Amino acid sequence: MRPRKLLALAIAPLLVLPFLFSAEQERPENTSPAAIRAYINGTIYPVSSPKIENATLVMQGDTILAVGPSDLVTIPSDAEQIDVTGKTIIPGLVCTHSHIGSVAGADSSSPIQPEVRVLDSIDVRDTSINKARAGGITTVNLMSGSGHLLSGQTIYLKLRKGNTVEDLSIKLPDGSLAYGVKMANGTNSIRDTGPFPGTRGKSAALVRQKFLDAQAYLKKRNEADPAPPFERDLALETLADILEGKRTVHHHTHRHDDILTVLRLKEEFGFKVVLHHVSEAWKVADEIAAAKVPCSIIFLDSPGGKLEARDFEWRNGVELEKRGVLTAFHTDDPINDSRWFLRNAAIGVRAGMSREKALEALTLAGAKMLDLDQSVGSLEPGKQADFVILSGDPFSIYTRVLETHIEGEQVFNLNDPQDRLFAEGGYGAGHNRQAKGCCFYR
Amino acid sequence: MFKFLLLFALTAISHAQIAVKADLLFTMTGDLKPIKDGLVLCGPDGKIVAVGPASEIKIPEGYKTLTAKVATPGIIDAHSTVGLSGILNSPKHDQEQLDQSAPIQPELRAIDAYNGRDPLVKWLRDLGVTTVHTGHAPGTLISGQLMVVKTNVPSITSLKDPLVPTSAVAASLGAKGLSKSPATRSKAIAMFRAEFLKGQAHARKIKAAEDDEEIEAPAPNIKMQTLVDVLNKKTPLLINAQRHQDIASALRLREEFDFDLILDGAAEAYLLLDEIKAAGVPIIIHPTMGRPYGDLENMTFTLAAQLHKAGIPFAFQSGYETYVPKTRVVHFEAALAAAYGLPQEVALAACTINSAKILGLDDKIGSLEKGKHADLALFDADPLETTTHTTHVIIDGEIVSSSAK
Repeated sequence: MRPRKLLALAIAPLLVLPFLFSAEQERPENTSPAAIRAYINGTIYPVSSPKIENATLVMQGDTILAVGPSDLVTIPSDAEQIDVTGKTIIPGLVCTHSHIGSVAGADSSSPIQPEVRVLDSIDVRDTSINKARAGGITTVNLMSGSGHLLSGQTIYLKLRKGNTVEDLSIKLPDGSLAYGVKMANGTNSIRDTGPFPGTRGKSAALVRQKFLDAQAYLKKRNEADPAPPFERDLALETLADILEGKRTVHHHTHRHDDILTVLRLKEEFGFKVVLHHVSEAWKVADEIAAAKVPCSIIFLDSPGGKLEARDFEWRNGVELEKRGVLTAFHTDDPINDSRWFLRNAAIGVRAGMSREKALEALTLAGAKMLDLDQSVGSLEPGKQADFVILSGDPFSIYTRVLETHIEGEQVFNLNDPQDRLFAEGGYGAGHNRQAKGCCFYR
Repeated sequence: MFKFLLLFALTAISHAQIAVKADLLFTMTGDLKPIKDGLVLCGPDGKIVAVGPASEIKIPEGYKTLTAKVATPGIIDAHSTVGLSGILNSPKHDQEQLDQSAPIQPELRAIDAYNGRDPLVKWLRDLGVTTVHTGHAPGTLISGQLMVVKTNVPSITSLKDPLVPTSAVAASLGAKGLSKSPATRSKAIAMFRAEFLKGQAHARKIKAAEDDEEIEAPAPNIKMQTLVDVLNKKTPLLINAQRHQDIASALRLREEFDFDLILDGAAEAYLLLDEIKAAGVPIIIHPTMGRPYGDLENMTFTLAAQLHKAGIPFAFQSGYETYVPKTRVVHFEAALAAAYGLPQEVALAACTINSAKILGLDDKIGSLEKGKHADLALFDADPLETTTHTTHVIIDGEIVSSSAK
């Protein structure tokens, strides 16, 4: 399977209303049109618009054609109809922060390693990827750990069934792959010995100097075309891309003062940043809102585990929602298993979030943070057919993921014995999975 | 302000006699089905005075009435490390669950390390957990003792503060029990057996001295005495074993030394259902949200349902976490098992009455019956749903939380 291009969306005005077009008109004469499928009689949460009871979802090939109440959607006569009475369809889940697929980044030679790509580490056969599909996750941002100020380039993947990491990757219009850059502050990136920082002040100083170097590099790069000859530096190149707004910084941060340090760096260098974890978001929610910075948060079943997560609270979600901050959830798998991702929305609601925003935080909000919201994150005509069929209410603990589809292709089916093994566990479900992350076996 | 109100509420309400009215009252007796419009009277001595349909019980004068959609017995966490493994995860400050200086240390007591004021104890209490079986963690071959304590006990000032000061001795087979030495499973079992042979010899010396005044009693030895208590079935041995071969080893050791065994974790128990059932051994199963690698790589969310079907007694635990979340919440773990085939009321039983049975405390806690401790958790909907709030928590007839978390 080849990497696919981001879908250009030219049908913006018709979000809620059913939208149909003739497949024949869109295709060259010598190719047969892709099959059309219609899921009927289900409950659908498009996320970009309110929940629809007795709804119909129509797709052709990898693309959604229509979403709407059954009495308003015209199903093409040649469509295969699938009755999902009693079931619920939601967009494929977007996890903005995950460590599945044996992902690895920087080593311990230095605290800032922008030249390292996680692309070069991923095992697409790792069972953790199958388990994520079983959890309804269709798009992920795979990241290296938080043990560095900058641990490398992340990668955004669609969890298509594929043989290589490229098969799962997302190609941008300029031909490059979609990715961001992982940064961290606070205790995880502080170490006892150099060249790693020993304090928060040193951490910020190291990062600032590196970005100043990158500013100079960027200036040279802009002047270099076509001459004089220009020596590429892989590390500064990545930082220059950040400065130009081409790549987003995904910044691990917990404590209120560390959060403010990120906002200060953003102010100084003008980069695009998403705050991750943000355990003490509730303390500086006003400042986060004023900075217009999105937050990708996690819900844990208890606070603590380290000093800087002591004041973690479930109300982070609602405090950010109240202030209009774009908020997504993440698994941080293996911190929270990808198969329990839906549970985050339920904890958010428990602590006061609206159901709409909680579901958005599993889907469209994450897609926005990865700049993929033109193609994924909601069920809208023209978007990629990434969706999950659930046995019931997305907020109920008793609800199971029945099927996961990516770009019209089924990548998980609970009725398939092998898929069920990944969904539930059992003998042979995890033999090649390794514990990864910064802090388990340190 | 909120804290002040809470404090005020606590001082105002505590020591009152409390009536709890619930749309659904899970007494966890009989067929485990709830009573519709049930009522529980919590008497001044902290015991349950009456329980049944609200229509059949008159609320006496002077009782404060709390209402809830659902009420259950106080939740019991059948195996935790809370109070020893503290919120900050800071060694030498609040991490008391594991001493790795020696592989076999049954003499380490939980009561000497328990901090009931750790914020995680309150965290669990606010969510409805009223009793924890806590103490030394899996992580060495024999790591130390556990105790059973209510979550409203801030300090262990006397042996009367815990419900059971030494409730079990914790052992670990498999990867958790390995270190520099024992570094292999076979060596671990050899060391285990050698130590228990010493325990048997110690027991014989004690017996000989008791039987014959001429024979001198052995010198007091707290390590040996703990093993003697295990061999005499005064204290059960809680063996953490996840893989099937480790579970089989635990059963083999029990066969050889005839102690009371509680299996802990038991991720691959589904491979040995017949053997475990034949041995009549209960299981405190690993958290449903346990992480599926290492010895847990073959864990399944359906384990509880499979044990239920096989008729093997089991309870849920929050387990031991080395990082985040620093503690799990036992009824959240039960809830996920309910999503994977375990009937709802059985999931509740496995963090209330069935936990009490495994801990040998079902005459005191775990169900709502006259004469038992008035420990209750009140909820605004299904206790297993993530979106549900715990509205009140009652321990020994006193409201200990009304945080509506």
